[in-house]
Amino acid sequence: MADRHPLFKPLILVGGLIFGFGLGFSQMARPEVVLNFLQFEDFGLLFVMFGAAIVSGIAFAVMPRIRDTAPLTGDRYERRLKPFDRNVLVGGAIFGVGWGLSGICPGAAYASLGTGNITILWALAGMFVGAYAQGYWRSQRQARDAAATGAD
Amino acid sequence: MVTDPLVLQLAAELFPNGISRYAIGGLLVGLGAVVIYVGTGIPAGASTFLESTLSYVSDQSRFQRYVGSRDWRVVFTLGIILGAAVFAVTVQSGVITTSLYRAGSTGRTYELAGITLWLTDVQPWRLFLGGILVGIGTRVGKGCTSGHGVCGVGSASKTSIVGVATFLLVAIGTAQLVAALGVSP
Repeated sequence: MADRHPLFKPLILVGGLIFGFGLGFSQMARPEVVLNFLQFEDFGLLFVMFGAAIVSGIAFAVMPRIRDTAPLTGDRYERRLKPFDRNVLVGGAIFGVGWGLSGICPGAAYASLGTGNITILWALAGMFVGAYAQGYWRSQRQARDAAATGAD
Repeated sequence: MVTDPLVLQLAAELFPNGISRYAIGGLLVGLGAVVIYVGTGIPAGASTFLESTLSYVSDQSRFQRYVGSRDWRVVFTLGIILGAAVFAVTVQSGVITTSLYRAGSTGRTYELAGITLWLTDVQPWRLFLGGILVGIGTRVGKGCTSGHGVCGVGSASKTSIVGVATFLLVAIGTAQLVAALGVSP
Protein backbone atom coordinates (compact mmCIF):
# COMPACT_ATOMS: atom_id res chain seq x y z
CA MET A 1 0.00 0.00 0.00
CA ALA A 2 1.14 3.52 -0.75
CA ASP A 3 1.19 5.21 2.65
CA ARG A 4 2.73 2.63 4.91
CA HIS A 5 4.94 3.55 7.82
CA PRO A 6 8.53 4.40 6.72
CA LEU A 7 9.82 1.63 8.99
CA PHE A 8 7.58 -1.00 7.37
CA LYS A 9 10.11 -2.33 4.86
CA PRO A 10 13.14 -1.99 7.18
CA LEU A 11 11.31 -4.10 9.76
CA ILE A 12 10.40 -6.75 7.14
CA LEU A 13 14.10 -6.82 6.18
CA VAL A 14 15.20 -7.32 9.81
CA GLY A 15 12.62 -10.10 10.28
CA GLY A 16 13.84 -11.75 7.07
CA LEU A 17 17.48 -11.47 8.21
CA ILE A 18 16.76 -13.30 11.49
CA PHE A 19 14.58 -15.84 9.66
CA GLY A 20 17.32 -16.51 7.08
CA PHE A 21 20.11 -16.71 9.67
CA GLY A 22 17.99 -19.28 11.53
CA LEU A 23 17.49 -21.35 8.37
CA GLY A 24 21.26 -21.32 7.84
CA PHE A 25 22.11 -22.18 11.45
CA SER A 26 19.55 -25.02 11.56
CA GLN A 27 20.94 -26.32 8.23
CA MET A 28 17.44 -26.44 6.75
CA ALA A 29 19.08 -24.58 3.87
CA ARG A 30 20.84 -27.88 3.08
CA PRO A 31 18.65 -30.31 1.09
CA GLU A 32 20.77 -33.22 2.38
CA VAL A 33 19.79 -32.49 6.00
CA VAL A 34 16.08 -32.32 5.12
CA LEU A 35 16.37 -35.58 3.15
CA ASN A 36 18.13 -37.20 6.14
CA PHE A 37 15.08 -36.29 8.22
CA LEU A 38 12.61 -37.63 5.65
CA GLN A 39 14.63 -40.88 5.51
CA PHE A 40 14.53 -41.15 9.35
CA GLU A 41 18.30 -40.72 9.75
CA ASP A 42 18.22 -37.47 11.78
CA PHE A 43 15.05 -36.16 13.42
CA GLY A 44 16.42 -32.68 14.14
CA LEU A 45 14.03 -30.99 11.68
CA LEU A 46 11.20 -31.51 14.17
CA PHE A 47 12.97 -29.16 16.59
CA VAL A 48 13.21 -26.50 13.88
CA MET A 49 9.59 -26.62 12.77
CA PHE A 50 8.01 -26.99 16.19
CA GLY A 51 10.52 -24.69 17.88
CA ALA A 52 9.64 -21.97 15.39
CA ALA A 53 5.90 -22.72 15.64
CA ILE A 54 5.98 -22.45 19.45
CA VAL A 55 7.82 -19.11 19.39
CA SER A 56 5.47 -17.62 16.78
CA GLY A 57 2.49 -19.22 18.52
CA ILE A 58 3.27 -17.29 21.71
CA ALA A 59 3.21 -14.00 19.77
CA PHE A 60 0.00 -14.96 17.94
CA ALA A 61 -1.66 -15.69 21.29
CA VAL A 62 -0.29 -12.76 23.29
CA MET A 63 -0.30 -9.79 20.90
CA PRO A 64 -4.10 -9.52 20.38
CA ARG A 65 -4.46 -9.25 24.19
CA ILE A 66 -1.89 -6.46 24.52
CA ARG A 67 -2.75 -4.24 21.56
CA ASP A 68 -5.53 -3.92 19.00
CA THR A 69 -3.50 -2.99 15.96
CA ALA A 70 0.04 -3.37 14.68
CA PRO A 71 2.09 -0.14 14.91
CA LEU A 72 3.47 -0.10 11.36
CA THR A 73 0.34 -1.03 9.39
CA GLY A 74 -2.64 -0.34 11.63
CA ASP A 75 -3.78 -3.88 10.80
CA ARG A 76 -5.64 -5.72 13.54
CA TYR A 77 -3.86 -8.59 15.28
CA GLU A 78 -6.14 -11.43 14.32
CA ARG A 79 -5.94 -15.02 13.24
CA ARG A 80 -6.11 -15.08 9.48
CA LEU A 81 -7.30 -18.61 9.07
CA LYS A 82 -7.15 -20.04 5.58
CA PRO A 83 -10.36 -21.83 4.59
CA PHE A 84 -10.07 -25.60 4.30
CA ASP A 85 -10.97 -27.27 1.03
CA ARG A 86 -9.77 -30.05 -1.26
CA ASN A 87 -6.94 -27.83 -2.55
CA VAL A 88 -5.17 -28.03 0.82
CA LEU A 89 -4.91 -31.81 0.42
CA VAL A 90 -4.16 -31.86 -3.33
CA GLY A 91 -1.61 -29.02 -3.11
CA GLY A 92 -0.10 -30.44 0.07
CA ALA A 93 0.40 -33.83 -1.61
CA ILE A 94 2.03 -32.26 -4.71
CA PHE A 95 4.26 -30.15 -2.46
CA GLY A 96 5.11 -33.31 -0.47
CA VAL A 97 6.30 -35.17 -3.59
CA GLY A 98 8.43 -32.17 -4.60
CA TRP A 99 9.84 -31.69 -1.10
CA GLY A 100 10.60 -35.41 -0.76
CA LEU A 101 12.32 -35.49 -4.16
CA SER A 102 14.41 -32.33 -3.74
CA GLY A 103 14.72 -31.78 0.03
CA ILE A 104 14.07 -28.08 -0.39
CA CYS A 105 11.14 -25.73 0.30
CA PRO A 106 10.76 -22.06 -0.71
CA GLY A 107 12.15 -20.24 2.36
CA ALA A 108 15.01 -22.71 2.72
CA ALA A 109 15.84 -22.31 -0.99
CA TYR A 110 16.25 -18.52 -0.61
CA ALA A 111 18.47 -19.11 2.44
CA SER A 112 20.44 -21.81 0.61
CA LEU A 113 21.37 -19.26 -2.04
CA GLY A 114 22.68 -17.02 0.76
CA THR A 115 25.00 -19.74 2.07
CA GLY A 116 26.67 -19.85 -1.35
CA ASN A 117 24.73 -22.76 -2.83
CA ILE A 118 24.34 -21.60 -6.42
CA THR A 119 23.22 -25.10 -7.44
CA ILE A 120 19.91 -24.32 -5.67
CA LEU A 121 19.07 -21.99 -8.58
CA TRP A 122 17.81 -25.17 -10.28
CA ALA A 123 15.21 -25.53 -7.51
CA LEU A 124 14.31 -21.82 -7.55
CA ALA A 125 13.87 -21.90 -11.33
CA GLY A 126 11.65 -24.96 -10.92
CA MET A 127 9.56 -23.23 -8.24
CA PHE A 128 8.90 -20.24 -10.50
CA VAL A 129 8.00 -22.56 -13.40
CA GLY A 130 5.60 -24.50 -11.15
CA ALA A 131 4.05 -21.37 -9.62
CA TYR A 132 3.59 -19.88 -13.10
CA ALA A 133 2.04 -23.07 -14.50
CA GLN A 134 -0.59 -23.34 -11.76
CA GLY A 135 -1.29 -19.60 -11.81
CA TYR A 136 -1.72 -19.56 -15.59
CA TRP A 137 -4.03 -22.57 -15.49
CA ARG A 138 -6.15 -21.25 -12.61
CA SER A 139 -6.37 -17.74 -14.14
CA GLN A 140 -7.61 -19.19 -17.45
CA ARG A 141 -10.12 -21.43 -15.70
CA GLN A 142 -11.40 -18.53 -13.61
CA ALA A 143 -11.86 -16.40 -16.75
CA ARG A 144 -13.69 -19.29 -18.46
CA ASP A 145 -15.98 -19.82 -15.46
CA ALA A 146 -16.73 -16.09 -15.29
CA ALA A 147 -17.54 -16.00 -19.03
CA ALA A 148 -19.81 -19.06 -18.70
CA THR A 149 -21.68 -17.50 -15.78
CA GLY A 150 -22.05 -14.22 -17.65
CA ALA A 151 -23.63 -15.99 -20.65
CA ASP A 152 -26.43 -17.51 -18.57
CA MET B 1 23.61 -35.98 37.05
CA VAL B 2 22.94 -39.62 36.34
CA THR B 3 21.65 -40.30 32.87
CA ASP B 4 20.58 -43.67 31.65
CA PRO B 5 23.10 -44.84 29.00
CA LEU B 6 20.22 -46.28 26.97
CA VAL B 7 18.61 -42.84 26.76
CA LEU B 8 21.90 -41.33 25.61
CA GLN B 9 22.34 -44.03 23.02
CA LEU B 10 18.81 -43.53 21.70
CA ALA B 11 19.33 -39.76 21.54
CA ALA B 12 22.58 -40.27 19.61
CA GLU B 13 20.75 -42.46 17.11
CA LEU B 14 17.77 -40.16 16.61
CA PHE B 15 19.89 -36.99 16.62
CA PRO B 16 23.36 -37.85 15.26
CA ASN B 17 24.14 -34.12 14.92
CA GLY B 18 22.76 -33.16 18.33
CA ILE B 19 19.74 -30.92 18.74
CA SER B 20 21.23 -27.52 19.54
CA ARG B 21 21.72 -26.32 15.95
CA TYR B 22 18.14 -27.31 15.15
CA ALA B 23 16.56 -25.89 18.29
CA ILE B 24 18.44 -22.57 18.12
CA GLY B 25 17.89 -22.25 14.37
CA GLY B 26 14.19 -22.95 14.88
CA LEU B 27 13.93 -20.33 17.64
CA LEU B 28 15.51 -17.77 15.29
CA VAL B 29 13.16 -18.69 12.44
CA GLY B 30 10.26 -18.20 14.84
CA LEU B 31 11.74 -14.95 16.14
CA GLY B 32 12.01 -13.60 12.57
CA ALA B 33 8.32 -14.36 12.03
CA VAL B 34 7.47 -12.76 15.40
CA VAL B 35 9.33 -9.52 14.57
CA ILE B 36 7.28 -9.17 11.39
CA TYR B 37 4.02 -10.11 13.09
CA VAL B 38 4.45 -7.77 16.05
CA GLY B 39 5.33 -4.83 13.81
CA THR B 40 2.85 -5.42 11.01
CA GLY B 41 0.23 -7.97 12.05
CA ILE B 42 1.24 -10.11 9.05
CA PRO B 43 1.89 -13.85 9.54
CA ALA B 44 4.66 -14.17 6.95
CA GLY B 45 5.02 -17.09 4.57
CA ALA B 46 7.76 -17.62 2.03
CA SER B 47 6.00 -19.21 -0.95
CA THR B 48 3.61 -16.35 -1.87
CA PHE B 49 6.75 -14.53 -3.08
CA LEU B 50 6.82 -16.90 -6.07
CA GLU B 51 3.42 -15.71 -7.31
CA SER B 52 3.62 -12.11 -6.14
CA THR B 53 6.95 -11.66 -7.98
CA LEU B 54 5.44 -13.11 -11.17
CA SER B 55 2.93 -10.22 -11.06
CA TYR B 56 5.77 -7.90 -12.18
CA VAL B 57 6.00 -9.74 -15.50
CA SER B 58 2.61 -11.43 -16.01
CA ASP B 59 -0.92 -10.01 -16.30
CA GLN B 60 -2.59 -13.25 -15.19
CA SER B 61 -5.28 -12.54 -12.58
CA ARG B 62 -3.86 -15.16 -10.20
CA PHE B 63 -0.64 -13.13 -9.85
CA GLN B 64 -2.15 -9.64 -10.09
CA ARG B 65 -4.07 -10.15 -6.83
CA TYR B 66 -0.71 -10.00 -5.02
CA VAL B 67 0.31 -6.61 -6.42
CA GLY B 68 -0.32 -4.95 -3.04
CA SER B 69 2.15 -7.18 -1.19
CA ARG B 70 4.72 -7.89 -3.90
CA ASP B 71 7.22 -5.17 -2.89
CA TRP B 72 7.56 -6.17 0.76
CA ARG B 73 7.67 -9.84 -0.20
CA VAL B 74 10.76 -9.08 -2.31
CA VAL B 75 12.26 -7.34 0.74
CA PHE B 76 11.41 -10.36 2.93
CA THR B 77 13.10 -12.76 0.50
CA LEU B 78 16.17 -10.51 0.16
CA GLY B 79 16.31 -10.47 3.97
CA ILE B 80 16.28 -14.28 4.09
CA ILE B 81 19.10 -14.47 1.52
CA LEU B 82 21.12 -11.83 3.37
CA GLY B 83 20.51 -13.44 6.77
CA ALA B 84 21.80 -16.75 5.46
CA ALA B 85 24.78 -14.90 3.95
CA VAL B 86 25.52 -13.37 7.37
CA PHE B 87 25.43 -16.91 8.75
CA ALA B 88 27.87 -18.00 6.02
CA VAL B 89 30.29 -15.13 6.75
CA THR B 90 30.22 -15.72 10.53
CA VAL B 91 29.42 -19.25 11.72
CA GLN B 92 29.92 -21.21 8.48
CA SER B 93 33.30 -19.51 7.92
CA GLY B 94 34.40 -20.17 11.51
CA VAL B 95 34.74 -16.48 12.43
CA ILE B 96 32.27 -17.22 15.21
CA THR B 97 32.69 -20.65 16.77
CA THR B 98 30.28 -22.16 19.24
CA SER B 99 29.78 -25.65 20.64
CA LEU B 100 26.07 -25.16 19.85
CA TYR B 101 26.74 -25.50 16.11
CA ARG B 102 27.90 -28.75 14.52
CA ALA B 103 28.89 -28.28 10.90
CA GLY B 104 28.30 -31.91 9.87
CA SER B 105 29.59 -33.39 6.63
CA THR B 106 26.80 -32.86 4.08
CA GLY B 107 27.62 -31.36 0.68
CA ARG B 108 30.92 -29.58 0.18
CA THR B 109 32.40 -26.21 0.99
CA TYR B 110 34.43 -23.82 -1.13
CA GLU B 111 36.28 -20.62 -0.36
CA LEU B 112 35.62 -17.24 -1.95
CA ALA B 113 37.34 -14.06 -0.73
CA GLY B 114 38.05 -15.67 2.63
CA ILE B 115 34.42 -16.73 3.12
CA THR B 116 33.45 -20.39 3.42
CA LEU B 117 30.52 -21.10 1.12
CA TRP B 118 28.55 -24.29 0.74
CA LEU B 119 27.32 -26.39 -2.20
CA THR B 120 24.77 -29.20 -2.27
CA ASP B 121 25.56 -32.59 -3.78
CA VAL B 122 21.89 -33.28 -4.52
CA GLN B 123 21.55 -33.72 -8.29
CA PRO B 124 20.20 -30.79 -10.33
CA TRP B 125 17.37 -32.84 -11.91
CA ARG B 126 16.02 -33.62 -8.43
CA LEU B 127 16.18 -29.94 -7.47
CA PHE B 128 14.54 -28.74 -10.69
CA LEU B 129 11.80 -31.37 -10.92
CA GLY B 130 11.15 -31.19 -7.17
CA GLY B 131 11.15 -27.39 -7.42
CA ILE B 132 8.42 -27.45 -10.08
CA LEU B 133 6.22 -29.62 -7.84
CA VAL B 134 6.99 -27.39 -4.82
CA GLY B 135 5.98 -24.34 -6.88
CA ILE B 136 2.67 -25.92 -7.91
CA GLY B 137 1.88 -27.61 -4.60
CA THR B 138 2.61 -24.75 -2.20
CA ARG B 139 0.46 -22.33 -4.20
CA VAL B 140 -2.45 -24.72 -4.78
CA GLY B 141 -2.22 -25.92 -1.16
CA LYS B 142 -2.24 -22.36 0.25
CA GLY B 143 1.13 -22.47 1.99
CA CYS B 144 4.51 -24.07 2.60
CA THR B 145 6.66 -25.03 5.56
CA SER B 146 6.70 -21.43 6.86
CA GLY B 147 3.13 -20.27 6.17
CA HIS B 148 1.48 -23.56 7.20
CA GLY B 149 4.29 -25.17 9.21
CA VAL B 150 5.41 -22.25 11.36
CA CYS B 151 2.71 -19.55 11.31
CA GLY B 152 -0.29 -21.85 10.70
CA VAL B 153 0.64 -24.48 13.28
CA GLY B 154 1.65 -21.65 15.65
CA SER B 155 -1.84 -20.19 15.44
CA ALA B 156 -3.42 -23.66 15.78
CA SER B 157 -5.09 -23.40 12.37
CA LYS B 158 -6.81 -26.70 11.55
CA THR B 159 -6.30 -26.08 7.82
CA SER B 160 -2.56 -25.68 8.35
CA ILE B 161 -2.25 -28.69 10.62
CA VAL B 162 -3.97 -30.86 8.00
CA GLY B 163 -1.77 -29.29 5.30
CA VAL B 164 1.43 -29.99 7.26
CA ALA B 165 0.39 -33.59 8.01
CA THR B 166 -0.33 -34.11 4.29
CA PHE B 167 2.94 -32.76 2.90
CA LEU B 168 5.04 -34.29 5.70
CA LEU B 169 3.66 -37.81 5.19
CA VAL B 170 3.84 -37.61 1.38
CA ALA B 171 7.39 -36.21 1.54
CA ILE B 172 8.52 -39.02 3.85
CA GLY B 173 7.04 -41.62 1.50
CA THR B 174 8.61 -39.95 -1.55
CA ALA B 175 12.08 -39.58 -0.02
CA GLN B 176 12.08 -43.18 1.20
CA LEU B 177 10.97 -44.42 -2.23
CA VAL B 178 13.60 -42.35 -4.06
CA ALA B 179 16.31 -43.66 -1.69
CA ALA B 180 15.04 -47.24 -2.10
CA LEU B 181 15.36 -46.84 -5.88
CA GLY B 182 19.04 -46.15 -5.29
CA VAL B 183 19.03 -42.45 -6.18
CA SER B 184 21.77 -40.73 -4.19
CA PRO B 185 22.52 -38.01 -3.49
